[in-house]
Amino acid sequence: MKIMVNGNGLEVREDVKHIKGLIDFLELEDKPLIIEHNQQILQKEEHEKAILENGDKVEIVHFVGGG
Amino acid sequence: MLETNRYHRQILFAPIGENGQEKLNQSHVLIVGAGALGSSSAEALARAGVGHLTLIDRDYVEESNLQRQQLFSEKDMKQKTPKAIAAKQRLSEVNSHVRIDAIVGDAEIDLLRQIAPEADLIIDATDNFDTRLLLNDIAQKYQKPWIYGAVVASYGVTFTVLPDKTPCLQCLQEYIPANGATCDSVGIIQPVVQRVVSQQVTEALKLLTGNEAALSGRLISFDLWKNEHTEIEVDALRKADCPSCSEKRSYPNLAYDSRLKSAVLCGRNTVQLRPQRKQTDLDEVAKELQKNKQIKLFQNPYLLSFEVDSFRIVLFQDGRALVHGTMDQLEAKNVYHRYLG
Repeated sequence: MKIMVNGNGLEVREDVKHIKGLIDFLELEDKPLIIEHNQQILQKEEHEKAILENGDKVEIVHFVGGG
Repeated sequence: MLETNRYHRQILFAPIGENGQEKLNQSHVLIVGAGALGSSSAEALARAGVGHLTLIDRDYVEESNLQRQQLFSEKDMKQKTPKAIAAKQRLSEVNSHVRIDAIVGDAEIDLLRQIAPEADLIIDATDNFDTRLLLNDIAQKYQKPWIYGAVVASYGVTFTVLPDKTPCLQCLQEYIPANGATCDSVGIIQPVVQRVVSQQVTEALKLLTGNEAALSGRLISFDLWKNEHTEIEVDALRKADCPSCSEKRSYPNLAYDSRLKSAVLCGRNTVQLRPQRKQTDLDEVAKELQKNKQIKLFQNPYLLSFEVDSFRIVLFQDGRALVHGTMDQLEAKNVYHRYLG
C-alpha cells in the first residue's frame, strides 16, 4: 500500500492496517504526536480505529524544545 | 521620523506600505531567548525597523554557539559576553534607530509581568517548555499573540498562538515531550534555524502591520534534511476547559511554585542555580575567591567565571550561577555552597 506521509510517498507493509500500525512502522511510538489523517485531526484513542487505505494522506507533527 | 530610503524595498511591498512601516516603527516586540532563534529573529526585526525590541537571555556566548547564533563573534566568545548584551551591541550597529532593551537574566514571572503588557507580541526563542508554558499564560493574561518556534537537528516547528482564537500551548500540553528528547544531543544545522525564524518573523510582520488575515493559522513543521513539510489545522484541539485560555482560566503556569529554583540546562552538562538573594557584588566575590590560589578567575562587567576541580562556575550580577561540569542538581548546589557561601 502506498500512502502520503508529510507530503512524501511511502510504501508500507501489508500488515500496517491503521494509524497506530503506521506509528509503530515509523518507530515513532515514544513521541507524543499530533496526527492528521485525510485532513482530520485524530485523538490518541482513535489511532487504532483510523484504517489506512491506499492513497491516504497522513501528516505527523511532534513538538521539540530547542531554540 | 522614518528614513524612507532605508525601508524603501519593504514599503514597496504592498501589504506593508508606508502605513505598515510606520506601525512597525511604533511596535514593541519581546524576544525571549537570544540563542539561535532569538539572534536571527532580532536581527530580522531590527532590520525591518521594529522600533523597540526587548531581549531576555540568561546565558553568555560560548564557542559552540558561533556555528548558528548569528549575532555573535569570536570576540564575544573570548570575553564571555552575556548573549543579551552581545546581541544588543551587534543590533545597534545594524540599526541604530531601534531601541533595544537587553536583560541578562531568567525570563521569570515578575519580569514578564512588567514587560508583556507593553509589548505588541512575544517571540518564543527559548529552549525549554517550562519557560514556554510561562510565556503562554502571560500572553493569555495580557491578550498578546506569541509565536512558538523550536528546532533540533534538521527539524523545526512553529505555531502562532492568538488569544481567544487559536488553541494555546496549554491546550496542546499532552503533545509536549516529557523527557530530554528535545535536548541538543542530536545537534542542529543552521539552516533550520533560519527556516523557523523566517516563519516566525513573517507572522510577526503580518500581526504588527495589521495583516491578521494573512496569518498561517496552522501548526507548521518541516525537516530540511528529509525534504518534509507539514501543516496541520489544529483548531479542533482547542480545549473548552483549558486552564490557561478558556473562560475557566486560572493560569496554572503563573503559580510561583511551578518554577524551579534550579534547572539542568538542556544538553549542556550544566546546572543553573537561582538563589533567593538578588544582585551580587561580583568584585566582592572575586576578592574572596582570589584568596584561594587554586582558583582561576575571569571577570567582565556582567559575570564572574572561575574554574575549580572539574567544575566551572559562572556567577551573574542577578545572583544566578551556572555550574558547568555536572548534571546533578545536588552536586551543583554543593559546589556552589562550598565556594560562594
